Amino acid sequence: MTLKPVVNDPQGSVVKEALHSLGYPEVVTTRVGKYLLLELDAEDEDVAGRRVEEMCRQLLCNGVIEDFSFALAPGAG
Amino acid sequence: MRFGIAVFPGTWSERDCAHAVALAGGESTYLWHQDCDLRGIDCVILPGGFAHGDYLRAGAIARFAPLMEAVVAFANQGGLVLGICNGFQILCEAGLLPGALLRNESLQFRCQPTHLLVERARSPFLEGAAEGSRLEIPISHGEGRYYADEETLRQLNDSNRVAFRYCSPLGDVGPAHNPNGSLENIAGIVNEAGNVLGMMPHPERACEPLLGSSDGLALFTALVGGSPRLPG
Amino acid sequence: MTAPTDRELREIALSREEYERAIELLGRRPNSLELGMLGAMWSEHCSYKTSKRLLRTLPSGGGAVVQGPGENAGVIDLGGSLLCCFKIESHNHPSAIEPVQGAATGVGGILRDVFAMGARPVALLDAIRFGALSDGLQRHRFARVVEGVGFYGNCIGVPTVGGETYFDQAYSGNCLVNAMCVGLATPGELVRAVAQGPGNPVLLVGADTGRDGIHGATFASVQLDEDAAERRPAVQVGNPFLEKCLMEACLELCSRQALVGLQDCGAAGLTSSLAEMAHRGGLGIELDVAMVARREQGMSPYEVMLSESQERMVMVVESGRVPEVQAVFERWQLRSDVIGRVIEEPVLRILDRSQEVAHLPLDVLVEGFLERRPEARRPDGLEDRMGHDPLAAEPAWDLREAWLHVLSSPNCGDPSWVFRQYDHQVGDDTVAGPGLDAAVLRLKDRAFGLALTVDGAHRCAGLDPRRGTEMAVAEGLRNLATVGAEPLALTNCLNFGDPDQPEVMWQLEEAVAGLAGAAKDLGLPVVSGNVSLYNDYQGEGIPPTPVIGMVGRVDVLGPPLGFGFKHPGDRIVLIGDLGTALAGSEYQRLQQGALDGPVPDLDLAAEAAAATAVQALVRTGLVSSAHDLSMGGLAVALAECCVRNGLGATVDLALPACPAERPGLHHGALFGEDPGRYLLSVPEERLAELARTCRLQGVEWRDLGAVGGDSIRLSGLVEISCAEAGAALSGAIAGRMDRF
Repeated sequence: MTLKPVVNDPQGSVVKEALHSLGYPEVVTTRVGKYLLLELDAEDEDVAGRRVEEMCRQLLCNGVIEDFSFALAPGAG
Repeated sequence: MRFGIAVFPGTWSERDCAHAVALAGGESTYLWHQDCDLRGIDCVILPGGFAHGDYLRAGAIARFAPLMEAVVAFANQGGLVLGICNGFQILCEAGLLPGALLRNESLQFRCQPTHLLVERARSPFLEGAAEGSRLEIPISHGEGRYYADEETLRQLNDSNRVAFRYCSPLGDVGPAHNPNGSLENIAGIVNEAGNVLGMMPHPERACEPLLGSSDGLALFTALVGGSPRLPG
Repeated sequence: MTAPTDRELREIALSREEYERAIELLGRRPNSLELGMLGAMWSEHCSYKTSKRLLRTLPSGGGAVVQGPGENAGVIDLGGSLLCCFKIESHNHPSAIEPVQGAATGVGGILRDVFAMGARPVALLDAIRFGALSDGLQRHRFARVVEGVGFYGNCIGVPTVGGETYFDQAYSGNCLVNAMCVGLATPGELVRAVAQGPGNPVLLVGADTGRDGIHGATFASVQLDEDAAERRPAVQVGNPFLEKCLMEACLELCSRQALVGLQDCGAAGLTSSLAEMAHRGGLGIELDVAMVARREQGMSPYEVMLSESQERMVMVVESGRVPEVQAVFERWQLRSDVIGRVIEEPVLRILDRSQEVAHLPLDVLVEGFLERRPEARRPDGLEDRMGHDPLAAEPAWDLREAWLHVLSSPNCGDPSWVFRQYDHQVGDDTVAGPGLDAAVLRLKDRAFGLALTVDGAHRCAGLDPRRGTEMAVAEGLRNLATVGAEPLALTNCLNFGDPDQPEVMWQLEEAVAGLAGAAKDLGLPVVSGNVSLYNDYQGEGIPPTPVIGMVGRVDVLGPPLGFGFKHPGDRIVLIGDLGTALAGSEYQRLQQGALDGPVPDLDLAAEAAAATAVQALVRTGLVSSAHDLSMGGLAVALAECCVRNGLGATVDLALPACPAERPGLHHGALFGEDPGRYLLSVPEERLAELARTCRLQGVEWRDLGAVGGDSIRLSGLVEISCAEAGAALSGAIAGRMDRF
């Protein structure tokens, strides 16, 4: 999840400045977001995908200020 | 006027709010987050704290509490709801107020006195404070930067729903006096009907001269003296 | 059972001698679990084997003491059926490795120590020390430690109302993070960490147990070195939200008197909590590690017993009340599991799925360690250094330059960059918060209030640890006096280097002697404390740094006077006399970096008399402002009083001209840090009353001049504008920190 582009991200700015001062002038923008790892017990990818989308919309992501995306991968066992 | 003060796991200013209500001459009772019974109270206060640790996002989990279902219904029927700090965050997450509260621009927690300019919002909460007056009320938050998209901001301004803006002691509004980077220096807003007020500063900490300022008491006394429901 | 190798012993910080002793006491070789437990319990951090005999000399009794050292925290009776529970503790080593979480878990730990007594925490204070702020690493550590203290304190909702910051290259390798917590309880709510009633269940409540910090106790007992960063797993991640729930649940049970005994899990985890509880009760505890809720898979009994996972408590409950207790924890969405029971035999008996895996007599585990008496030796050369006269050298800076240098020092400057990151008002009881000489809390339903201060030893401790420690006690006394408070009791944190170095052992002995003497003379019990040794980086130890926390009572509560001058025309009064003691002063440190000269004189009886006089002057509202003189001496105190409300002063010290052999005399008068002094402002018409009050206490005072104007003028000597002084003070810390 990341803050919507229109929302000011001071944390991202500070991180960018820090990278610049460490000698990485090629960094143009930095945005700081969140990464959530969910382990699901689900029948198949479609069901899992729909459920995760619901979870994002209902709780995990605040649509006023955040955008989300997710990817599914088969787990172990 | 009976107040119900919500208590979520992690809330910590419920007792401060009860104290403020008592100073204003009112009565209060605590409402546990898992109860749905508002027990006939006239005004709900969502106090400050770190409900559920502010984990994921401030107020994100608290808004799903059984108590909040009852509070939302109560608000939709015109009941009075005051959200302070974490309470404001919960109101926004719950959709009772528009916008969201983000991390302070300084990326640091800030606990300091601020001055608020009282604006022309129509609400029973503001009956004790004259438009254009200044209130000295402290803030104490790490995520108090108010954000709403342009359309929402326009609506808030057009319908006079901004209750407070950060200002100088003389009433000048501007970035120099904005402690957290809130858009348009917004410190508090009301909903369309005016029965729900959310504010980041802590009026319950400004009710006694002994503690620095008593400007916050006006908010509580207005409610205690006022009528429980909006007309209509 | 094969004997452990040297390396294995080193890992658990047991000497071979200690190992042999264990065999002798047990009559057999301990197995590896038992050995790990012995290592943790016999570590310096848990056993205090090096410092215990010294700490016994501290006065800890007296009429108002309800609980002295030996429990989770000390307790005094405030009167009016209110008890005050408090303690200061260090978390130095973890904060050097991972400053945010190290500081945070330090705060978490001290909070638990207080609510483990059944007292509700109402205030936190922190004393933190780092290297020079000119160094990026030190700025980083400082910022992160402040972030960590705020992270925990703000989230849990206990106000941080005071503290102390200090910066000097001596702390570059070893930062100091000392956290003090103060709590309140009624007599019925107080509970102790004791196991009673054979057959009573023992419960573990709170967070799940993980692999955090195994051997953290031993980690605290060894020096840091370059591999320290790899010991990162020894620092846990704090969960203040969980602790808030844990605190509420425990306090609720204490108010219902539902617990037989309560103890928090800190250093050495379950092992020390259970062993200490059982030992205090003269009984034993049997537990099955299979009953312990775990966060990770495949944990061995060793890991379970030594885990230092945060936010856990153990409690002894009467069988009949277990359902009641568990219901409270469930309400707060916390785990509570019966893991064992109290038994008659005074042993700690550990089972794993009913198979016995360890069996240790408690007297061996808790008291079997060998007390250490490392050699103590006074360092050479101290006499020469103290014989040096700091006033004999031509000062490198003129008075004006010197004044601005000292005002711009982070050790004198405005600390609001720090405390505006701490919630200092939650609880609605903070009458005087951070930035003033002492914090004052209102107590609802009581007419009196509580005053709090924390003060580190004066830098002259590097020459004379006894005097430096005495000066810290005196400073606490003065800080309390400026808010009209009467001192009641002390807590102490002793931060030292490696005690196996004879000079350090000497410092420790001297400091404790200084504390014991000062406390006795002032009639103040030392009810709790903590010792942090081995604050040593690559062979370089920190200077001796005792930190003293003091609690006082304010009988008449009103808005704080503060130290800022208020009315032009008020007379400026110095309580005490002009001094010249530059040894260990901030001016000397900035100018030369050296530490020499005779240490300041200290007269505790005079300190006590002056404190009584100032208390009375403040209480009766006779004075407009009151400030104690400390870092930076008279010149800095005066500037602080002026800058606060933007009111200047004209002051005449009536100093003689500098004699040829003492060209530094005026610098000495301005920046000397002689104790026992205060700066007050008083309306002219009340000067006679002030004189009477001082005469009654036999206290010296002098009228220095008047408040007014926009400059700070020391007649015939030097002048700076309030604006310049203000800029220097406000930028000292904030200006050096990268953001805002």
